[in-house]
Amino acid sequence: MSDATTARQSVQVQIRGLCKKFYDAEVLHGVDLNIEAGEIFVIMGPSGSGKSVLLKHIIGLEKPDKGEILIEGEPIQGEGVLEKYRLAMVFQSGALFNSLSVGDNVGLYLREHQLKSEEEIERIVAEKLELVGLKDAEDRSKMPSELSGGMKKRVALARALAMDPQLILYDEPTSELDPVISVTIGEEILNLQKRVHVTSIVVTHDRDLAFGIADHMALIHDGRIVFAGTPAQLRAQKDPAIQEFLKAEMKLKNPKETL
Amino acid sequence: MFQDIGEMLLLFVRTMRALPYLWVERRKVFDQLFEIGNASLLMACILSLFIGGVLALQTGPVMVERGLANFIGGIVGLSMCKELGPVMMSVLIAGRIGSAMAAEIGSMAVYQEIDALRTMNISPIRYLVLPRLVAISCALPMLVIFAILVGWIGGAMVCAFNKDIAITFSTYFNNLRDVVEFKDIINGMVKSMVFAGVIGVVSCHQGLQTIGGPRGIGRSVTKAVVNSIVVILLLDYFLTHLLFEIQK
Repeated sequence: MSDATTARQSVQVQIRGLCKKFYDAEVLHGVDLNIEAGEIFVIMGPSGSGKSVLLKHIIGLEKPDKGEILIEGEPIQGEGVLEKYRLAMVFQSGALFNSLSVGDNVGLYLREHQLKSEEEIERIVAEKLELVGLKDAEDRSKMPSELSGGMKKRVALARALAMDPQLILYDEPTSELDPVISVTIGEEILNLQKRVHVTSIVVTHDRDLAFGIADHMALIHDGRIVFAGTPAQLRAQKDPAIQEFLKAEMKLKNPKETL
Repeated sequence: MFQDIGEMLLLFVRTMRALPYLWVERRKVFDQLFEIGNASLLMACILSLFIGGVLALQTGPVMVERGLANFIGGIVGLSMCKELGPVMMSVLIAGRIGSAMAAEIGSMAVYQEIDALRTMNISPIRYLVLPRLVAISCALPMLVIFAILVGWIGGAMVCAFNKDIAITFSTYFNNLRDVVEFKDIINGMVKSMVFAGVIGVVSCHQGLQTIGGPRGIGRSVTKAVVNSIVVILLLDYFLTHLLFEIQK
């Protein structure tokens, strides 16, 4: 598939019987999921349930012990698949390159693959940073160490967008962010789907975000998918464990104040 | 240990395969060259000035006693070229630059920057290892030439100003010119290129293998420096033997 035909084309992801063990600890037990092209798929689950490991498998950072991940029907570990499709990931920590400025971080993919001229890269960097609310030219020359947690995450999102991805993975996109920025990030994920029809897989604890953006959802527990379906189907689930996860609230026995 | 050796050889082969991308990564190569030269040149000069001086100081009085004072220049010159210049500079660079390489790449591994590179389909070998390995392989032989020259001068100064030796600059350098041949300098350059490769590969490998937090980075840095020095000293014997056979 040439660059022209893959441009702005979202991809379908299929996960078949995925198993992963780290030393003696089995993290994923035969995970099966279907993620349609162009949809926003949210994966929820308690801490340590294997969400981030699953995400790393989907982008090819981990090799499965058993099972496979198919991008448009092709195994991700296959020759040339990662070159053929543009897959991007927004890491929980941002994972910005600390020795590069914000502008260089966002333009890195385009520069390293020599996809555009320098002027064009500068324009794209400014455009993507503006999209995530970083309009000032001086922001571009800042180093990651000068940024707040929220700004780092927005730069990481801009860096992923600069790839013009066909599949974008978000690992806890709203963790460490204040509620206002969280809403901005949620809206940006929705806008992206509307504008470029990108397939998005979002791993999150944030129930408001999950129900606000998801076309389909999955709930993972102890490395097993315990539910997969639409947000409405998830709400209708009677399983007490699922209900407990969905309805858990910050209710202290003796709160000092209530909102 | 054997797994590490295998992985390092594989890393070296993969880095050589990435050589066609050197032009794309040229800016990073120049940055690294500047880093290595700028960070080490002064230290290299001071170190080799004193090594040359000590060599003259140790051998001088014994040679004078036996009426061989005229041969000190040759001894210092040859030792600096073939052994002390390349080995001492490599140990210095392993400590200064190898540790920095392992720490920088190790912290990138710990803070998921290398994962981020992979998700962008940018090979960490091409982006991180290639510029460092090329830069150190160019910079170390150049530093060794400086070290040899400064070491010779250090030896000459001790010979001239130490009253137990007291031979003139011209006697010292005349003997040095008679004994040291161009192939001896090439011998030192070949050794330093091999040692540069060892430092680059061992340090980058340790950096890429880093797991855990700051403690993991510290462990990688220590291993990079210690392993580099051990491999340099072991290889030095075999290289000396090999080069000796070739030059016969």
